[in-house]
Amino acid sequence: MAKLNEAAVKQINAIVDRHINDKTPLMMILSDIQKEYGYIPLEVQEIVSERTGLPVAEIYGVVTFYSFFSLKPKGKYIIGCCLGTACYVKGAQQIIDKFSELLAIKPGETTEDGLFTIDALRCIGACGIAPAVTINGTVYPKMSVDQVSKVIDSYRAKEA
Amino acid sequence: MALINIKIEGQPYQVEEGLTILEAARRCGYNIPSLCTYNHGECSLGSCRVCLVEATGARGLVASCVYPVNEGMEITISSPKAVEARRFSVELLLSNHNQNCQQCSKNGNCELLLVARQTGAREGVFQGAKTPVTVDEISPSIIRDTSKCILCGRCVARCQNAHGTGILGFENRGFATIVGPAGNRSFSDSPCLLCGQCVSVCPTGALMEKSEITKIDEAKKAGKFIVVQTAPAVRASLGEEFGMKIGTPVTGKMCAALRRLGFDRVYDTNFAADLTIMEEANELLARVKSNGVLPMITSCSPGWINYCEYYYGDQVDHLSSCKSPHEMEGAIIKSYFAEKNGIDPKNIFVVSIMPCTAKKFEKERPEMEVDGNRDVDCVLTTRELGDLIKRSGIDFAKLPDEDFDQDLVGTYTGAGVIFGVTGGVMEAALRTAYYVLEGKEYGPIEFHQVRGFDGIKEASFTLGGVDIKVAIAHGMKNAKPIMDDIRAGKSPYTFIEVMCCPGGCINGGGQSFVRPNLLPNEDVDILDTYKQLRANALYSEDERNTLRQSHNNPQVQQLYKEYLGEPNSHKAHELLHTHYQRDRVRFK
Repeated sequence: MAKLNEAAVKQINAIVDRHINDKTPLMMILSDIQKEYGYIPLEVQEIVSERTGLPVAEIYGVVTFYSFFSLKPKGKYIIGCCLGTACYVKGAQQIIDKFSELLAIKPGETTEDGLFTIDALRCIGACGIAPAVTINGTVYPKMSVDQVSKVIDSYRAKEA
Repeated sequence: MALINIKIEGQPYQVEEGLTILEAARRCGYNIPSLCTYNHGECSLGSCRVCLVEATGARGLVASCVYPVNEGMEITISSPKAVEARRFSVELLLSNHNQNCQQCSKNGNCELLLVARQTGAREGVFQGAKTPVTVDEISPSIIRDTSKCILCGRCVARCQNAHGTGILGFENRGFATIVGPAGNRSFSDSPCLLCGQCVSVCPTGALMEKSEITKIDEAKKAGKFIVVQTAPAVRASLGEEFGMKIGTPVTGKMCAALRRLGFDRVYDTNFAADLTIMEEANELLARVKSNGVLPMITSCSPGWINYCEYYYGDQVDHLSSCKSPHEMEGAIIKSYFAEKNGIDPKNIFVVSIMPCTAKKFEKERPEMEVDGNRDVDCVLTTRELGDLIKRSGIDFAKLPDEDFDQDLVGTYTGAGVIFGVTGGVMEAALRTAYYVLEGKEYGPIEFHQVRGFDGIKEASFTLGGVDIKVAIAHGMKNAKPIMDDIRAGKSPYTFIEVMCCPGGCINGGGQSFVRPNLLPNEDVDILDTYKQLRANALYSEDERNTLRQSHNNPQVQQLYKEYLGEPNSHKAHELLHTHYQRDRVRFK
């Protein structure tokens, strides 16, 4: 198993420090690690386990239960495709399938260049603009299959 | 405890307040089909829905394992609604279950099979996809097969409750949920103690020991000289494999069975337990005299050694360097015994019958060999020995009582017998330490201060002017505070006994399963009493033994005189001592 570098250990410990005195600190710790460190690999879970006294297996269980948490680094751009009821009936499945096809990754995976991750989301509360897609906080309302390649290209253009 | 009035199937009963319906019904003579064996919160989450009944005052059917009885409650177990609901629950469980029951090694002890029969579950009611399967056969001790797992969580609870290690957990979500070590790793790639407590509680064949029975057939075919040895705790449990009451001592029948199974010698690991005491007591005295590393901690329990290496690798110098007794016995059989009998040690095959799954791993450790000869070649659990006896068509109950072979390494003392229960190694060591330091035997023989099932036991003695403070811990949850004190440099103890499994080896992960719903002839509180019943079997054998101190074992004395010289001699170190890992990687 890979070892974390010193800076990463320091960063994780600082996040744990913030919440360690809470009554049930695990969710807040994991949430902040996901946001700030980007993902929660087993090496990180071991530190959280040491600090909180919770078994690694239990932490691993929480990390794999919530789709918000990730065991692997996510891409620079996180494509969140809503698959809630309203979006689904408006064709969201075809949209996420198109993203998968064009990026050659499955939902939950990240492209080899580290640029894109596809996340399948449950209802994001934007049913009025279904089907909705979010990319790093930017909302794309009433998406259609035809728009998918244009959206991807716009982000690729930013990187070029 | 206040009594309340309830009715079950229309019949009036008085039961204690605070009981669950399941417990109350059992006391009144009703066994509600259930997967939860009333095991003190280990599983009783009410989630499997197998034990549904009708109860007045409740909305719909209730899970009797978690629903408490109250005054005036009327409980119906046999209504069509309840019967159908229980059957439905079991059929759902079976729909995602590997149904190769004939070949499953849990056949005969499976609680799922029992409730399937009890509830009348039908074949093929729900068909469709099944959860992807993981089979972990990498560790030498335990096999995990998720195709048989029903996600009850008993193993998760036991691992955490007994040891605080929490190796097992639920992973993923919904239909993809499985139970396993973090990242669905092998037990070998996790800091698992391989103690088998999870195996003890698994209701199905999802967790089982890795069987080595076929190795014996191979050794026989190869014409090996096969020596078998049995750990003390085995005799306190083996009878259960043949329907005997828990705690029935079966030493004599076990010897007879082993002889009929074709082993060339039948020995007792207790000989080596006595040897361990000689080595360990002298190691301790040497450490006390030379200001060596103290407290010294026993090293008989391989689960404990795994724990110490994984979690307190910086403290392994506190461990006695003694190999565990069965490894010592193996080393002596392949040297002293082999020489005396003119047998090439390469042609000797040593089989250990152990109450333990971690011993299977221990025997594979590279350091457990002398001159290229493995100390022990095969480890069978108590359960596997039961299978071996059954396979050979031996009617165990009808066997005569026989004795172990008595030549060279055959005698043992009562001190060796009690190794199998928490506090036993300490008591055996104290009997000998008293003799060494006071120059005479301890009059009452027994040290009751170190007996019993308290998680941590302490006692102080002044022997020959030397102050000795001892502690005994069993279950790693109880070892942790002691180890934290040692790490902090504030441990008050001289000598500590640690056993991995709660209660010691009598409750080892290789012992017979204690499943109240499969043991109709045992008392309803058997889960509270079985450890004591098994311990009594060992203490009573100690009492019956004429030799009760390890140093009085004549064959151990002979071994030192003729072969080893003295305890902790160069030769003794070569054969009987080992070393430990400081930086064992927890997650590979």
